[in-house]
Amino acid sequence: MTAKEIEVVETKYFTFAEADGFKLESGRAFGPITLAYETYGQLDAEKSNAILVMHAFSGNAHVAGLGTGDQDPPWWNFMVGSGKALDTDKYFVICINVIGGCKGSTGPSSINPKTGKPYGIDFPLITIGDMVRTQKVLIDHLGIKKLHGVIGGSMGGMLALQWVACYPDAVECVIPIAATLKHSPQQIAFNEVGRQAIMADPAWNHGNYYGGSLPEKGLAVARMVGHITYMSNDSMEKKFSRRLKDDNTGFKFSADFEVEGYLQYRGMSFVKRFDANTYLYITKAMDYFDLSDAKWIPKDGLPGVRFLVIAFKSDWLYPSVQSQEMVKQLQMRRVDATYCETDSTYGHDTFLIESEAEKQSHLIKHFLAKRK
Amino acid sequence: MESIIKRFDHQVICGIVESGSKVLDLGCGNGDLLHLLAEQSGVKAQGVELNNDAIHACVEKGLSVFHSDIDSGLPYYPDQSFDYVILNQSLQEAKKVETVISEALRVGKKVIIGFPNFAHLEARIRIFFGGRAPIVSSLPYEWYSTPNLRFLSIKDFKSFCRIKGYKILAAHFLDSQGQVRVLPNLFAQNAIFVITR
Repeated sequence: MTAKEIEVVETKYFTFAEADGFKLESGRAFGPITLAYETYGQLDAEKSNAILVMHAFSGNAHVAGLGTGDQDPPWWNFMVGSGKALDTDKYFVICINVIGGCKGSTGPSSINPKTGKPYGIDFPLITIGDMVRTQKVLIDHLGIKKLHGVIGGSMGGMLALQWVACYPDAVECVIPIAATLKHSPQQIAFNEVGRQAIMADPAWNHGNYYGGSLPEKGLAVARMVGHITYMSNDSMEKKFSRRLKDDNTGFKFSADFEVEGYLQYRGMSFVKRFDANTYLYITKAMDYFDLSDAKWIPKDGLPGVRFLVIAFKSDWLYPSVQSQEMVKQLQMRRVDATYCETDSTYGHDTFLIESEAEKQSHLIKHFLAKRK
Repeated sequence: MESIIKRFDHQVICGIVESGSKVLDLGCGNGDLLHLLAEQSGVKAQGVELNNDAIHACVEKGLSVFHSDIDSGLPYYPDQSFDYVILNQSLQEAKKVETVISEALRVGKKVIIGFPNFAHLEARIRIFFGGRAPIVSSLPYEWYSTPNLRFLSIKDFKSFCRIKGYKILAAHFLDSQGQVRVLPNLFAQNAIFVITR
């Protein structure tokens, strides 16, 4: 069977916690909350074929298919669709933009109904747990009691882990890719550089920049740092080496090297599609995330739950030892787990690269197949 | 469903493992044995394997597998988590044999070890008359490209168990035709032992 592309999809919106607010991990009750989401395929009669795909830090709910106004293919188009690893002929695939995001879900750039202005940094600090608990409200709303799978790369993998930690009875297959049980000081440090770059931009103005000039320079620098960490030394060597943009060095502080031009381009295109405050909120949520004490795994294990943990050899931002740590915790509690470290040279971003999709797809597709 | 088991060693191991057991296969390769055990005896199967393609083959069979070499694949399993730990045709590739076996006996109640018998007649002839390191059907590699780090005989293994104080619960000896009953250290190409502490 050949893979078909999904037809046009529309982003849907679900709003809740209008009256009393939703109790966040910080203790603050917050509402209303709108979550933007997309679905693909059909939910079966038993509502047992749902797979929740969770996006990474800068992702969105538009995981596959043709959206309106798409320029690039959606971020996991090669993974989600008819005949693909997340086969929409078999599964009902859901993807939700996280709370705190800037892609349709309530976040710092949303209008605060009390003031009529964007929240800015009045938006409450949120956690990975808050992202999952708000997603659960939507999953309940869809009438789904048990998800066949929760899957995601990077932050999406943390969300998958948090899902099973919060709702062990509501998931069967858990697939964290290039993820971790907690950020290391190195990962926190890179995030902090990004945050400081944003906050050092005068245009950031303590988060009050909506309607005025945006902290583009700061956000672009943050993204440039991020991008370096998503690649590997090998992939950068292959892509840029020391090649110059023009044939000679300019003896000026301009972008002489191709890698400089690329990063600047990446930075500038990011500011057009991403909110600087969301950058602050979501990186902080990732830094706070910590499931490393294994208390989330019940003493008698997680019967009925199975894990497929995937890491990439060339990923130095979320190194494979972090995935191994995850699997070791599962082994200690006798939880059914498969672990595979893939040989890609593309670094952390491997899970988003179509040319590297085959190995991941193969594992995921077979792992998700129902067992006797 | 009874299907024909192609390999004698798999046949023997399937005969050893009781149905419903928890089994860890160290160096499970493409998962053929575990799959067989899962299908025929309903065992709860877990593999450890280093080769990427082999892991993919295991996942395709619906098996759980941990990507690791067998020398470092065990420390996090609790004591006696498995009824059987299997080391079939993988022990001769281990770097730290003593650790691997003692760890296997820690996490498993019983350990099944299958290995090629280096003192098989064919090997002896090639050494004695040919003056060459043996290349035989159970050890089909040149000395410079063999994955085998350990070359042991049935006698060697029995002596090892005596020294370590491991109990041998059962022993099966095989050649290409089936079970060997006479002078196994001379005539068996493969041996399968079941040991415990």
